[in-house]
Amino acid sequence: MGTISEKILSAHAGKDVSAGDICIVPVDFMMSQDGTTGLTIKAFRQMNAKTIVDPQKYAIVIDHNSPSPMEAVSNIHKEMRQFAEDQGSIIYDIGEGVCHQLLPERGHVLPGNVVIGGDSHTCTYGALNVFATGVGSTDLAAALVTGKIWFRVPSTIKLVYDGTLPAGTYSKDVILHMAKTLTSRGATYKALEIYGSVIDNLSVDARMTISNMVVEVGAKVGLMPCDARTREYIRQRTNRPFKGVEASGSAIYEKVIREDLSDLPPQIAKPHEVDHVVDVDQVAGTELNQVFIGTCTNGRLEDLRIAANILEGKKVAKGLRLIIAPASKNVLLDAMREGVIDKLVKAGGTLIAPSCGPCVGTCNGVPSDGEVVLSTANRNFKGRMGNTKADIYLSSPATAAYSALCGHIADVREVLK
Amino acid sequence: MTVMKGSAHTFGDNLNTDYVISGKYKFKTLDMNELAKHVMEDIRPGFYDEIEKGDFVVAGENLGSGSSREQAPLVLKAAGISAVVAKSFARIFYRNCINVGLAVVEADTSGIAEGDELEIDIAAGVVRDVTKDLTLEAKPLPEVMMKILSDGGLAEHLKKHGGFALE
Repeated sequence: MGTISEKILSAHAGKDVSAGDICIVPVDFMMSQDGTTGLTIKAFRQMNAKTIVDPQKYAIVIDHNSPSPMEAVSNIHKEMRQFAEDQGSIIYDIGEGVCHQLLPERGHVLPGNVVIGGDSHTCTYGALNVFATGVGSTDLAAALVTGKIWFRVPSTIKLVYDGTLPAGTYSKDVILHMAKTLTSRGATYKALEIYGSVIDNLSVDARMTISNMVVEVGAKVGLMPCDARTREYIRQRTNRPFKGVEASGSAIYEKVIREDLSDLPPQIAKPHEVDHVVDVDQVAGTELNQVFIGTCTNGRLEDLRIAANILEGKKVAKGLRLIIAPASKNVLLDAMREGVIDKLVKAGGTLIAPSCGPCVGTCNGVPSDGEVVLSTANRNFKGRMGNTKADIYLSSPATAAYSALCGHIADVREVLK
Repeated sequence: MTVMKGSAHTFGDNLNTDYVISGKYKFKTLDMNELAKHVMEDIRPGFYDEIEKGDFVVAGENLGSGSSREQAPLVLKAAGISAVVAKSFARIFYRNCINVGLAVVEADTSGIAEGDELEIDIAAGVVRDVTKDLTLEAKPLPEVMMKILSDGGLAEHLKKHGGFALE
């Protein structure tokens, strides 16, 4: 055993396990959101459970439909709040932010942890060297009741991204490129370990964008090494002791993929699959009706800052709707303090609550028939944003911001020297 | 587990869980019978009315990709689907199906056509297309999955054994 996954799971299982082995491990932190908590509560009751083993290791987050757009959703939220109160769990109510921003930001996850969430983008915290993966509500309920979950130890694909990203190309472009090269089922059941000079030079915010989307290639986890930047991020948020987990020199990988990304241009995922990725010049000129900057993928301070720098002093194209969703209250406050929100709103951006916004098709920017949206989110399936008659393209915040100015998909390198 | 019999409803590759049950419905209610009416609505409107209890969803590669929503296997069950058969599965969906007691079968579905009558023996790992007189060998379910499925799902497994009985 020697991959990061094998080491983390072995440490938790209390015995050496290797790829392919079944293990039952204690879980360090759990989470569910307003689309998955209801079923978690149902499964919990179906198991005849009364109490959660360690309620302070469980956060319930209201983010997908936040604040509630209709009474049916409000009643679901009410049940979530009641359960959190009854059990003594952590609850993040409206306005606090998106689940995958809150867990790292509020210090709930540490390098070397095993974390599960009732949301497929739980893999986000892999960027912090956390074995983090999305599960269904029943698996989550079982973990609330027993404190544990069973895993089949995944085998690992190692990716090494070398070189230096050129101007105009960001971590979102890296993960879109990965989706294109691996495809939506290229890493099914596998753990990814992602390394290289490209990763080393990314901030933790930017690294999270990559780990966030490993589920889009079917992967179970998207692990990155724990380095000085990781440690600084964690230290700013919690005093709890931790130890990063490194793959051993003798680790056995199923595959090693090495690429130099120094010439990677901005990438765009075309409707209606995340792996339908092309260079921006292939779709430049596509007229847009709405641009959305936000989500667990790209709603962090760094993302909003980049967008604000491009939009500063200018106005979005006539008729183009720009929606901005900071990933958390803290991101919003920092962005306000820096003047970032000022720039975005003056350019024509509409600010919505720290939440998932229109990403899942429920509220805050559902497109109309025949419209085209450019989004910094992680999925562009038909109907994803609430209308099957609208097309969704995915990009980085920089591409999105510049495209909002132009009114069509555009190559941000035109304005970056 | 007994042999299951029903008609095949065929789909292509990469059928993601947003398509199984759209976000615009799944956040509004936990009533699976209500949600079941919208099963596959965005890609095959009216699918709910085509299903007869006991039928199968038959797909290509990567069935269940995307969101972890457990509503996906639950609405399939509520709509009357007794098993999902595919060339390959996305991992969260695969696990969720087993957890809620919806049988999953991994087999080469290329030869199965819409409406074919199928007989599926999970225990033996065999899919028989009666209409085409075709017998397909299914990839055996991992032992852990078999244990959970034969107990009727994870909640039932935990109640029966007082915890995980999987190692």
